[in-house]
Amino acid sequence: MKGTPTPLSLPAGCSPDNLSSFFSHRMMKLDTSGLESSALTSRGIGIGAELGDALFDVPAFQVPEVTDFDGFQKEAVQMVKPAKGTTTLAFIFKEGVMVAADSRASMGGYISSQSVKKIIEINPYMLGTMAGGAADCQFWHRNLGIKCRLHELANKRRISVTGASKLLANILYSYRGMGLSVGTMIAGWDETGPGLYYVDSEGGRLKGTRFSVGSGSPYAYGVLDSGYRYDMSVEEAAELARRAIYHATFRDGASGGVASVYHVGPEGWKKLSGDDVGELHYKYYPVVPSTVEQEMAEV
Amino acid sequence: MARYDRAITVFSPDGHLFQVEYALEAVRKGNAAVGVRGTDTIVLGVEKKSTAKLQDSRSVRKIVNLDKHIALACAGLKADARVLINRARIECQSHRLTVEDPVTVEYITRYIAGLQQKYTQSGGVRPFGLSTLIIGFDPYTGAPSLYQTDPSGTFSAWKANSTGRNSNSIREFLEKNYKETSGQETVKLAIRALLEVVESGGKNIEIAVMTKEDGLRQLEEEEIDAIVAEIEAEKAAAEAAKKAPAKDT
Repeated sequence: MKGTPTPLSLPAGCSPDNLSSFFSHRMMKLDTSGLESSALTSRGIGIGAELGDALFDVPAFQVPEVTDFDGFQKEAVQMVKPAKGTTTLAFIFKEGVMVAADSRASMGGYISSQSVKKIIEINPYMLGTMAGGAADCQFWHRNLGIKCRLHELANKRRISVTGASKLLANILYSYRGMGLSVGTMIAGWDETGPGLYYVDSEGGRLKGTRFSVGSGSPYAYGVLDSGYRYDMSVEEAAELARRAIYHATFRDGASGGVASVYHVGPEGWKKLSGDDVGELHYKYYPVVPSTVEQEMAEV
Repeated sequence: MARYDRAITVFSPDGHLFQVEYALEAVRKGNAAVGVRGTDTIVLGVEKKSTAKLQDSRSVRKIVNLDKHIALACAGLKADARVLINRARIECQSHRLTVEDPVTVEYITRYIAGLQQKYTQSGGVRPFGLSTLIIGFDPYTGAPSLYQTDPSGTFSAWKANSTGRNSNSIREFLEKNYKETSGQETVKLAIRALLEVVESGGKNIEIAVMTKEDGLRQLEEEEIDAIVAEIEAEKAAAEAAKKAPAKDT
């Protein structure tokens, strides 16, 4: 590993070792090599080595020796197939942000779990949703949580939803093309009010008021868009979110399990409900006992 | 015996880092600089050595912007200052880029102080030979701040402070005469403090005033002359008032 980089402006109590890898992603800076004093850059390997900015170290790994590297990269990414089998949604309304998701994890046609937590609690006032690679989402959301906390310690104020989503987007952008599969929404409440951003592993970042991500999103959008009003109450919004997830799980094979609904308000987030979609089905479409004559006609 | 001021990384037996102390000496030889924090105005003033006739004085601005809401003045090696200021400006923009928010004064002060400290703990480099006075308004709370950093990398917040040549006399004056001021009063206090050690006149001082709405504004020579004249008149009036009662006995 490179020589321990001297921390630049780390808050007290952090050791350089475990943070150097995090800081190497923080380098979404302009190319400032022209402004560096030449004494440092030329002596970079020698005496002044410890001064070499940790920020300019790019993560490196061994590259396989193939004839067509670009094609190989493409194939590798295709193999991972970032299909994002899931349904998550979030929308801003009068009372804050409503976030909902299913809980099914699938490996191809095999349902590996019906109880995955797809809404990740970054900190008491910010939530992230998981779509795509479960490990990628979980790891990078936790990493984002660390970064947000460090920002709080360094600046004595909470990070805004804008800032948090930007940090995540920058990290994902720096890993672009390396096979990460993340389609997440960052929802939170900060000084400017409710905030909702969509961030994905291609490095895209969009600000918006209504998003749904995953293979079930078309179905969820149908219900969400037709039922959405800005001035809904919390209960109405929660019911809309729940119904949208339910309908997505009804038609999309890769979504199912439990529909969780969270609300983010000025005091932070709160989990409102987690209902099994099978039970929701019979709640929305209760079985109507048919008369004996009807049954005979059907036969 | 080996002296302990060669390589910066070596402590002397009695706990000194001589290079850092020599850097502080360099600061003491630099131009006087003063900063005063008011309730809605912050003022930076720097002693200006008389400019050579053929020199374009606008190219030697001693009080600079780090961002729209943050300014810096320094005493010491001006070439070192340029490097530090460039890095600080980049950090201000980089912060805006990564979190879509402007820096707080404390954040950028901590960054500059951190940079100064880095150069006291590495081989083959010398510390920056300057102390800075950093002023600005917090972008969220709107509170004014004044910070000072020095070559050792320490920093702290001040209501008023000075650095550079004769900074002790200026600081004494400020300690005696500081009170919470606003607007023009803050400017006057800063100029009065500088005039303790600098020849009076707009030619010899550079003043910049920062307000929340308008950012940093460098005062013209005529404006400074006018305020200096006011101050002298007030001083004369105070002297006359002191002498008058003595006559009554």
